[in-house]
Amino acid sequence: MSKRQISLRGKDILGLEMMTVPEIEVILETACQMKGIIDRDIKKVPTLRGKSIVNLFFEASTRTRTSFELAGKYLGADVVNITASASSVTKGESLRDTLYTVEAMGVDVIVMRHEAEGAAQYAANVASPVIINAGDGAHEHPTQGLLDMFTMKEVKGKLDGLKVAIVGDIFHSRVARSNIWGLLKMGAEVHLAGPKTLMPYYIQEVGVHVHNRVEEALEGADVVNVLRIQRERQHKGLFPSAREYARIFGINQARLDLAKPDALIMHPGPMNRGLEISPDVAYGDQSVIQEQVKNGLAIRMAALFLVLTGGKNIETTA
Amino acid sequence: MKLLLKGGTIIDPTQNYNQVADLLIENGLVSKIGENLSTTGAEVFDAQGLVIAPGFVDMHVHLREPGLEAKEDIASGTKAAAAGGFTTIACMPNTKPVVDQAIIVSGILHRAQLEGVVNVKVIGALSKGQQGKELAEIGDMILSGAVAISDDGSSLDNNRLFKIGLEYTSMFGCPVISHAEDESLVDEGVMHEGAVSAMLGMKGRPSVAEDIAVARDIMLAEYTDSQLHIAHVSSKGAVELIRQAKKRGVKVTAEATPHHLTLTDEAVKTFNTAAKVNPPLRSADHVAALLEGLKDGTLDAIATDHAPHAFEEKDIEFRQAPPGFAGLETALGVILTELYHTGKFTLVEIIEKMSTAPASILNIEAGSLKAGAPADIAIIDTELEWTVDSSAFYTKGKHTPFDKKILKGKAVATIVSGKFVMRKGKVCI
Repeated sequence: MSKRQISLRGKDILGLEMMTVPEIEVILETACQMKGIIDRDIKKVPTLRGKSIVNLFFEASTRTRTSFELAGKYLGADVVNITASASSVTKGESLRDTLYTVEAMGVDVIVMRHEAEGAAQYAANVASPVIINAGDGAHEHPTQGLLDMFTMKEVKGKLDGLKVAIVGDIFHSRVARSNIWGLLKMGAEVHLAGPKTLMPYYIQEVGVHVHNRVEEALEGADVVNVLRIQRERQHKGLFPSAREYARIFGINQARLDLAKPDALIMHPGPMNRGLEISPDVAYGDQSVIQEQVKNGLAIRMAALFLVLTGGKNIETTA
Repeated sequence: MKLLLKGGTIIDPTQNYNQVADLLIENGLVSKIGENLSTTGAEVFDAQGLVIAPGFVDMHVHLREPGLEAKEDIASGTKAAAAGGFTTIACMPNTKPVVDQAIIVSGILHRAQLEGVVNVKVIGALSKGQQGKELAEIGDMILSGAVAISDDGSSLDNNRLFKIGLEYTSMFGCPVISHAEDESLVDEGVMHEGAVSAMLGMKGRPSVAEDIAVARDIMLAEYTDSQLHIAHVSSKGAVELIRQAKKRGVKVTAEATPHHLTLTDEAVKTFNTAAKVNPPLRSADHVAALLEGLKDGTLDAIATDHAPHAFEEKDIEFRQAPPGFAGLETALGVILTELYHTGKFTLVEIIEKMSTAPASILNIEAGSLKAGAPADIAIIDTELEWTVDSSAFYTKGKHTPFDKKILKGKAVATIVSGKFVMRKGKVCI
């Protein structure tokens, strides 16, 4: 099948596990064009004029929500944010009823973030607007996976054959899982490292390499993706202290030097500087952390554009 | 009042009987089995091509009454049992209030007399309020009719209390039934810990949590010389521990459920809350070990763990959904489809596991077609193909991981005390 025939129109984006390679490629290619719009002086095209998007966020988020909001607005759509604290959710409304309410207002796309794994799948099952998963618990965060791959491909020119190290709290990370599915599909080699208490048992069965020592994962890597470590995990006793974590798993220049000289350093944000990543690495020459944010916007523009139009001309109305 | 079941294949493990014959019921009791019995004065049921078995005994049912009638009540639960070929069911005490006093045991038995379609036996709680702190009035409950003692619903982690519960219950000749999962290891787990949970990002309930709890239970049963029954065994480690214990002569029995015997954790990949259950559906290696354990007698009985919930309780995010689903109306079909028609088990073995063995563990008068036994009978069409339609269930709990599945084999009639309570899938009372 040629790429021309790949259409994401009307399709939910729930996770990279369910996505095909041609679908991933179409999004990455479309994001390339979108990136051009972000750099324009007047960042507004009429493509999605008349379309409405609701950001339905049951969990705190700054960058992802803002990114989706701007993505929709740059493309001319109407975007409304609903946060759980400000909605009827606090009054004890069920997820089904919240979704029905949003649906009844004629919304075209629901961008949803929720603390429970499978919440996006549930939304797709019960509601008719297109669902874009903006993070469901520790399950998936597909647009983050896509923007990470976009960033890698943009610099390295390819994904196939890249050695990507993902370091940190794999267990609680939806970013890790979307990266794993996406990267494996695109032919990259994935190495995981982090405390064994934060590494899911049996994850090697999907084809990733698991290391106890972060140094082993970094050895010869093309990309080092550093995950945020949440202090709350320490409070649950999954590692003894922040300083010990930083000493054993923190990515500093000495560790980064084990990777290829031109290895990229990535982080989905927000960072705990001095904990999982040292400031010199975070702001160093190899860091593409700022670029990730920009690419995130491009990916979300691409995702919204493709699910709403199927991929027609970007410059005209839908 | 005579009823003659004519020309069916009569299978009774307690008499090693397995041949085409007639069965005569008189005054609610099995009168005789034999070829070409006289039809004089009897209502005749043509059982040609059908199997006649002692009615099934489900030793693990949540009837939810009192207090949780949105999920199930005695009327709906016993109808579901009748529809599934069950003639006796034992109900678990995790109701609201908990069945931890004789008066509640008596109350359920009384209600079951009035509203029940099949025989109901009551299992009393081990600890007051199932709080795991102090013994419930176990003796009083048993004297009022309780047939076993259990804190099922969750594990009883307090070793000392579990030991005392075993000691005390054993005085009355009843088993303690254990839901064996170590709570601290289960933590916030919502599914089996394995490759599927690893990539769904959901917290796992590791099989080792079950292994440890089963090991503890067995050691204390051995120490106190008490009768222990392990509910819904789901891990291969537990199977092996029970096997070894039986070899040593420990008085331990065990059950497996139709779902643990036939489904894996792949069933929750779509976050289907109808497949959420404790202990969880595990990976294929565990399922294989369960089938092996059922075959070699390590696992004595098949029980459903029928655990109905209301629509809205399961219509929720997976991690928040309560564990359990309906089992009475699918059990036989699932077992015949996956265990009998695949050639893994004989009908005699299945009937033994679903009727004779659980009756024997609970020490109740059921599970046999001997002359003089209550005429509690399941009539089965092993070849009937049907599609599971949860919306047509008699139980109030419409959730099942087997929904829309095509099964082969079904109870087509159920007789309790000589009277039809179900015919052609319809409960008739």
